[in-house]
Amino acid sequence: MALSGIAIYKLLPKTNCKDCGFPTCLAFAMKLSQQGIKLSACPHVSEESKQALDASARPPIQLVTVGTGERAFSVGNEVVMFRHEKTFYNPTALAVRVKTSQSREAIAATVAAVDAYSVERVGIHMRLNAIAIDDAKGDPAAFASCVEQVSSITKMPLILISKDPRVMEAGLSKVAGRRSLIYAANSENVAQMAALAAKHGSPLAVQGDGLSQVAEVVEQANKAGVEELVLDPGARGFGNTLNTFTQIRRLALKSKERLVGYPVIAFPGEGSISPEEEALLASQLVIKYAGIVVLDHFAPHHAYPMLTLRQNIYTDPQKPIQVEPGVYPIRDPGRDSPVLVTTNFSLTYFSVAGEVDGSGMPAWLVICDTDGLSVLTSWAAGKFDGAKIAKTVTTHEVGSRVDHRFLLIPGHVAVLSGEIEEELPGWSVLVGPREGIDIPGYLKNVWTARLQGAKK
Amino acid sequence: MPAILVPTEKWAGKVREVTLGGDSRKKVVVGGETTLPFLHFDGVIPHAPAIAIDVEDVAPQNWSPVLGAVWGDVMREGLAAWARKAVEAGADMVALTLRSADPDMGNTGPAEAVEAVKKVLAAVDVPLIVYGPGIAAKDNEVLVAVSDAFAGKRLALGLCEDKNYRTIVATCMANGHIVIANSPIDINLAKQLNILITDMDMPGDRILMDPTTGALGYGLEYTYSVMERLRVAALLGDSMTAMPMILNPGREGWRFKEAKTRDGVPTQWGDLEGRGIAWETTTAIAQLQAGADILVMRHPKAVGLVKRAIASLMATNY
Ligand code: B12
Ligand code: SF4
Repeated sequence: MALSGIAIYKLLPKTNCKDCGFPTCLAFAMKLSQQGIKLSACPHVSEESKQALDASARPPIQLVTVGTGERAFSVGNEVVMFRHEKTFYNPTALAVRVKTSQSREAIAATVAAVDAYSVERVGIHMRLNAIAIDDAKGDPAAFASCVEQVSSITKMPLILISKDPRVMEAGLSKVAGRRSLIYAANSENVAQMAALAAKHGSPLAVQGDGLSQVAEVVEQANKAGVEELVLDPGARGFGNTLNTFTQIRRLALKSKERLVGYPVIAFPGEGSISPEEEALLASQLVIKYAGIVVLDHFAPHHAYPMLTLRQNIYTDPQKPIQVEPGVYPIRDPGRDSPVLVTTNFSLTYFSVAGEVDGSGMPAWLVICDTDGLSVLTSWAAGKFDGAKIAKTVTTHEVGSRVDHRFLLIPGHVAVLSGEIEEELPGWSVLVGPREGIDIPGYLKNVWTARLQGAKK
Repeated sequence: MPAILVPTEKWAGKVREVTLGGDSRKKVVVGGETTLPFLHFDGVIPHAPAIAIDVEDVAPQNWSPVLGAVWGDVMREGLAAWARKAVEAGADMVALTLRSADPDMGNTGPAEAVEAVKKVLAAVDVPLIVYGPGIAAKDNEVLVAVSDAFAGKRLALGLCEDKNYRTIVATCMANGHIVIANSPIDINLAKQLNILITDMDMPGDRILMDPTTGALGYGLEYTYSVMERLRVAALLGDSMTAMPMILNPGREGWRFKEAKTRDGVPTQWGDLEGRGIAWETTTAIAQLQAGADILVMRHPKAVGLVKRAIASLMATNY
């Protein structure tokens, strides 16, 4: 936890020399406590004070970065138990595990599929984050060759799994500089594993049976100078992980317990009876406090809901994801193309845009500013009404883009028809279907017929 | 060895216990927890969350083909067969929607509603939840008739909203039923409705609250946080937010394209059946973590998965 201004002041030289640009040491300390500036701005601070201040600047849950480059990910640095208290910051990283006991072809296929997997939702591309390589054979050469194979296929961060420091060393040597996560140090091998982590600049997972044992290994790893740690307290299954991970988060945030102030890693496949159960547990882990989840199965029909859940839970509760209001052309529309009206809630916009695009028919989408609320929500809140729609249509000169005068509105707000026609003389309102899924059918049949009718 | 002492939360409040069914039928008790969901080290959780399965009095027109594949036969055979199969699939309760009373679906009246409930009560012995078609005026008409006809059966009747709460609360009070109080994803509106209902002298242990479900990808993040806040308020001692929560991951989870459409969607969405089931279970697991006491679900495989998760979450021997 950050120190108070007074506590910081006590660690400064107290000479008021002004070299930091502040009139007094106290003024500097106050600013520092608000985290607006860096300690290095004071050239005179002692080494001891520096260490004390560095340690106190560490967040209650350490931020840990795995991998390098574009696909590196960071976990930890969470500050609340519940997302409504502020927000959750660093989304749970999802990894898929391969094992050295699998055939090279099977491994290549899984890694390539996971690497390529990317699915879009509300304009955001969602991906899986890492590959875990499990030393199922206990053989350094086999592990090294597997790590080499995987790293030649993907630039995703790697999690190297072995309890044997010799095996780990063999694997690490193939991916030097890639900040692979070492899994795991335990009470037997912590000295060697911590040395490997220090040598390779890798984050280190710490494994133990229960919180006390984990804390003990953490203490030893810290003594060896390794600070970027991830915890596996041995919990498996729905009930055990929920209770244990809640305790860890609470200890870190409420008790400021440094020894468990690290992100947590989980293995939902261990103990699950099916890939479906594994996927469901993984979803619980996304919600309840896992930093990294290592899956034993990859299937798109499970990855997509899991990534959607992660997007939902890690959205800032204060800010719905919105799009800019205006007129959006879809598929190069012309003067005969339909005009659809909707709101600027991202989810609404992308649902409708997706359906219109999928219909194959070019169209104009008129997006009203509803403060990022959905159709019914903004209607109920009085932010999506005849006047708002009319104003948007007029401001963006929709009439100059088309020859017809039809506005298509969402079925859920059919009651707005009259109001809109009153506000927009010359325009006729068409009430579309309620759900986006029915838009293509509507455009092909009803809209086309109405346009033909109007032309005659 | 460093001593790690886990801080526990001693909450002042407690979720109310609500008993459904009973009489000559099976009963299900929900609520009673003195801790956040499944945190056994903080308090007690006397009852596991219960699962109800949706049935409707007319075969639904636009359910997902995945649901059609499992329920299609019994939908055609009729309500009794459907309800029996729901119980075989693991339902602790049956949730009957009187869909035919919808003006667009037949506009049937009180007599047909009573008949439908009678069929389900005769076919299965688990507690019954009865939903109107979701149009306030029609809900009142059919739910009052059902309430009168089955006095003492401790049915749960809904939805009871700020628009129509008086009628439904009055009839539930007179006939010994339970009301399902629904409000649109807002902690204050949920509380306000519970106050209005208890002000009519409805006992607090005959109210379930439905803070509204937004499915995975369709508002889940909002409903999740509203549920968490309601439950925290209840545990802090606010008796007007301490009603057990009932949610509909089945109805909402199967409503959207992700659970309905096989063709013309991105290949990254994967197989429709697995995706649809996961859409329902993922919605459900989030709601369980946020404090759901009753989940109304649809797919038998989803029910099976969620029941196993609940069993693990209720166990303390690991
Ligand atoms: C999440 C949610 C919220 C969130 C807001 C989310 C957001 N950013 O909009 C929060 C919690 C903030 C909220 C607040 C409120 N909400 Co609200 N909310 C919901 C919920 C659960 C989901 C809404 C959603 O995201 N839907 C998904 C989007 C994509 O749907 P959509 O915009 O309608 O778009 C679809 C269609 O309309 C169609 N479509 C869209 N555009 C177009 C255009 C054309 C031309 C066509 C043809 C089709 C089409 O395609 C889309 C895909 O199918 C619904 C209930 C539910 N389960 O659906 C209630 C709901 C919409 N809310 C409701 C209410 C009453 C409110 C409040 C007024 C309550 C209050 N506290 O006072 C407030 C108002 C907000 C305020 N005062 O600021 C009611 C509205 C009731 C009604 N019929 O009027 C609902 C229906 C809940 C209920 N059953 O009572 N809400
Ligand atoms: S530079 Fe350091 S010693 Fe000088 S005033 Fe600033 S804080 Fe004090």
